[in-house]
Amino acid sequence: MAGSTPASPTVDAGAASAARYSPGLEAWRRFRKHKLAVVSAGILLVMILAILLGPFFWRVPINEIDFSARLAGPSWKHPFGTDDLGQDILARMLYGGRISLAVGLAAMLVAIVVGTIIGAIAGMSRGWLGMALMWLTDLFLSLPQLPLLLLVIYLFRDSLKAVFGPEGGVFILIVLVIGGLRWMPVARLVRAQFLSLREKEFVEAARALGASRRRQVVRHILPNALGPVIIAGTIDVAAAILAESTLSFLGLGFPPDIPTWGRLLFDSKDYLDIAAHWALFPGMAIFLAVVTINFIGDGLRDALDARRVL
Amino acid sequence: MGNYIIRRLLIAVPSLLGISVVLFCVLALAPGDPFEELATNPNVPAEVRMALRQKFGLDDPVFVRYFHWLGAMAQGDWGFSFVSRIDVDKLILQRLPVTLFVIGSSQILALLIAIPVGVYAATRPYSIFDQIANTLAFIGFSLPTFFTGLLFILLFSIKLDWLPMVYRSDVAATGWKWYWEHLRQAIMPICVLGFFQAASMTRYVRSAVLDVIRLDYVTTARAKGLGEKKVIVKHVVRNALIPVVTLVALQMPAIFGGAIVTEQIFRIPGIGSLLISSILANDTPVIMAVTFVFACLVVFFNLIADVLYGWLDPRITYR
Repeated sequence: MAGSTPASPTVDAGAASAARYSPGLEAWRRFRKHKLAVVSAGILLVMILAILLGPFFWRVPINEIDFSARLAGPSWKHPFGTDDLGQDILARMLYGGRISLAVGLAAMLVAIVVGTIIGAIAGMSRGWLGMALMWLTDLFLSLPQLPLLLLVIYLFRDSLKAVFGPEGGVFILIVLVIGGLRWMPVARLVRAQFLSLREKEFVEAARALGASRRRQVVRHILPNALGPVIIAGTIDVAAAILAESTLSFLGLGFPPDIPTWGRLLFDSKDYLDIAAHWALFPGMAIFLAVVTINFIGDGLRDALDARRVL
Repeated sequence: MGNYIIRRLLIAVPSLLGISVVLFCVLALAPGDPFEELATNPNVPAEVRMALRQKFGLDDPVFVRYFHWLGAMAQGDWGFSFVSRIDVDKLILQRLPVTLFVIGSSQILALLIAIPVGVYAATRPYSIFDQIANTLAFIGFSLPTFFTGLLFILLFSIKLDWLPMVYRSDVAATGWKWYWEHLRQAIMPICVLGFFQAASMTRYVRSAVLDVIRLDYVTTARAKGLGEKKVIVKHVVRNALIPVVTLVALQMPAIFGGAIVTEQIFRIPGIGSLLISSILANDTPVIMAVTFVFACLVVFFNLIADVLYGWLDPRITYR
């Protein structure tokens, strides 16, 4: 009636402002308000660039032994000092950082993929399957993770080493096991999202239009459930880096000649009294990586939770 | 109530069985043979090895072996440590009290830090105190326990020389001095674990208190003219701490992970360092048993949390 006349200009105005405030831009605007998250993103970016590009500029080999510079403190020749064989710690840390980061990202992917699939199935099924999957999730949640991680690595290390080589085998094993023990929170989040989303009107509309179950899930439900998954995934990267460093610190991660950050700490712990720098630099690197990723996750939580007023 | 406890117990049994299946599958799928040591030992003839395999049923199908193993575990026959030459259950019983002491004390320390800080931060949300506490909490659970442990050793043992670096079970002293020495060497491990736990717990306490503090009954209590302190302590905290019980129990697997690392750094003779040393020495029976003990402890603490929750929160129906 009277209201029908101005309808189209209003829609046009809405479309114009929607172009300026896309969901991505809106999330970025919200993320920027979390100062610590922005600072963390900057620090993490610098660390990642250093790890990726550093070896092209800092060309000291990671295994160059120099007994004349044994356990030397930081200097211009060795900015982060040297270890008990006179090997340059900066070069070793740049190498180890790649491994830590790769393990973190790959394990996060494993956890997200497994968690999303299990959570989606459990969230869509209305029968015994969902119950069984949730029981499995709860069972995995009550497994003691570090002991199990150690047990699996102890049992499978040698055979995977034989197939994929010492570095690749341990990498695959560590990624699979860390990811395989961290999917449960993701599965629970996804299931909870699915349970509420599948009853929403827009899904019902899609169903009424004849969308298959698969299309309902992939096109309509899953994109709306992704926010919490992204946040959980971010925090999982930090947790995976921590888990890998813990394994290396216990001397049970990568082979001894591969200098991951945890391994550097493991090697340094007997020389704490004479070469503290050897422990401090890798320890700070682990801490910085983990704390910045956690802060970014916190910032993303503010950014992606549309209900939160900022 | 009694009925409720029995029901929780009955739920705990399948999860224990599930964990034992997972553990056994890992072991059964693993390449390698527990008798590898014997196979490479030239003093053991092949027939003896075969007879031993027969005796231990290593050539049976997997599920037969599983029930065999489960039956033996249930009867308390946990096997024999290859390295220590002692029954596994005796070995674990020797080591368990130290681990429980360190974990228990660190949990108490964590609660002593987390509850006051979390409650105070929640009563003044987004204040300076809250922001500092929140940032410190983030830093606290991002600092890996192995790094804080090394930092503590560096600061308190090497630079200041206040505390001993290595945990010794044979303290050569008697009377009060004995207690003092034990306390002194336990301070650092307990603090490392306690601070790590306190960091994540503070956040839980804060959000739990924030959930409760806006409820109507709190406003009622204020409207009655009760002092702020009384409102917070008697009305808010009592209810806010109920969900924290469950969250503390859910943290248990992480706590054991931290305990393994801490025991390794400070060389505490607990089951965590036992696990690491047996992995390095290929002592399979001990590794399996310690992992299973950790799993049992997790299930046990979850059970306690469930029962406590039912007792603390009368809204839970005992069905």
